[in-house]
Amino acid sequence: MDNILTIFKREFLGYFRSPVAYVFLIVFLLASVGLSWFVGGFFDSNEAGLTPLFSFFPWVFVVFIPAVGMRLWAEEKKYGTWELLFTLPISPAQAVIGKFLAAWIFLIVAVSLTLTMVITVSVLGDPDWGLILSGYIAAFLMAGAYLSICSLMSALTNNQVIAFVLGLITCLIIVLAGWSIFNNMISFLPTLLLDTIANFSFIPHYYDATQGVITFNSFIYFVTITAFALLVNIVVLER
Amino acid sequence: MIEAKHLIKDYGTFRAVNDISFKLEKGDVLGFLGPNGAGKSTTMKMLTGFLSPTAGKVSIGDIDISENPIEAKKQFGYLPENCPLYNEMTVIEFLENIAEFRGFRTPAEKGECVEKVIETCYLDNVRYRPIDALSKGYRQRVGMAQAILHDPPYLIMDEPTDGLDPNQKQAVRDLIGSMASEKAIILSTHILEEVEAMCNRVIIIDQGNIIVDETPSDFRKRHPEFNAIELEMDASLKEQANKALTSLDCVKEVKNVDNILRIIPKDGQAIDAEIIKLTSSKKWKIGAFSKPQARLERVFQELTQNEEE
Repeated sequence: MDNILTIFKREFLGYFRSPVAYVFLIVFLLASVGLSWFVGGFFDSNEAGLTPLFSFFPWVFVVFIPAVGMRLWAEEKKYGTWELLFTLPISPAQAVIGKFLAAWIFLIVAVSLTLTMVITVSVLGDPDWGLILSGYIAAFLMAGAYLSICSLMSALTNNQVIAFVLGLITCLIIVLAGWSIFNNMISFLPTLLLDTIANFSFIPHYYDATQGVITFNSFIYFVTITAFALLVNIVVLER
Repeated sequence: MIEAKHLIKDYGTFRAVNDISFKLEKGDVLGFLGPNGAGKSTTMKMLTGFLSPTAGKVSIGDIDISENPIEAKKQFGYLPENCPLYNEMTVIEFLENIAEFRGFRTPAEKGECVEKVIETCYLDNVRYRPIDALSKGYRQRVGMAQAILHDPPYLIMDEPTDGLDPNQKQAVRDLIGSMASEKAIILSTHILEEVEAMCNRVIIIDQGNIIVDETPSDFRKRHPEFNAIELEMDASLKEQANKALTSLDCVKEVKNVDNILRIIPKDGQAIDAEIIKLTSSKKWKIGAFSKPQARLERVFQELTQNEEE
């Protein structure tokens, strides 16, 4: 536990040692808020809710989370510092979890910056607070699932660009599997198979939650994906 | 003690390390030599548990590193090749972070051990500098500092003096020398004079095999001209002297190099007394009498090049 905390501290503070983190936070905020305003019709909808914001998160995450996750292990491998890390008295599991938590909290900070939108809707109307809370919880959980996949991809290579592309493609596939347009394209498949493919995606679980229904199922889904990816991540690093 | 038992490492079909065994006790400083690609770094990575061996066993102070890696890793400090460090951190941040991993968690404990290595490794004036702004010499010292921070009984260093200037090299040697009596130290290097200066044991590996494992002075005896003596004398005497010297029982050969007679003994024995006796009885006028140090580079070259053929 102490070791996880030590890694967490180093990694999390590490984000704020370089200007890249601030650039990331600003661009992420601009992208997610901008999309909900100009594409999602946040003001036109005339509703005191954050559905336009939440509905773009799966797509914004596809680009932004690989950017956070790519350096987790690829950088350590490139500069050889993992040799230092893994000859210290810590286990690969502690290292993987510590790094994951640091990046995840960083993403939670990024997503929380959109709370300014919550202020906006509460001034302009009377929002459904339960809906907003469950939406944010789902967004945090989903961010964790994306991140665990990107962390795994990062551990497979010592090149951050490759880690980014691998993470982006994998996340995109998982998102697309539940996207209605994609599902219509493969509608010739048996319904059972279609449902299975769609259920494997982030989208149905996440959209349920943004509608105010965080089911035990979706919760377990995100936690399972995260745990599984991190487990493989540990196995990859144990040599 | 550090013990390696029948270590083997295969990369695909390539055998990088082929059945290496050795044992090291407290007070030993082991110099690990070998041409590039001989398997030095691979062996060190297996000793430190970073790579798991294809076969064989590593024990650090009676703890098997594959069975109990965490406990084993507490026992040693390691300076990896090329000295990888977290570049974006400052020296003090980095050392404090390492101190936490080493179990010094309260600010007082942490401060104490970090201050101690900052002093031993002369890092005081760069403590707040980011590591990527440091010169190679300072980087290497930071790497050294993190390795000795918890005062481990064992030290494993992969090319600790690589890329340093002569003064810095001397400083690192002095540091290692000052710790030698209470620790077991393994270091790899290309520089043979370093082995002489610091080590009481030398292992040479070539193509994954140990080809030499002995003390530096025994190693020196392998030199074909070990204990040779050089005489400088008047040119007119040379012919006569050459004959007289060659006829001595203990002399294998006399060479005339650049007007200096080089007398090579049989079996590397010491022949100083015999030569002095002979020269004084013959009343030769000697310009200079010297006993050149046998160069270890030469021995190293012969050993490792023969292997290649």
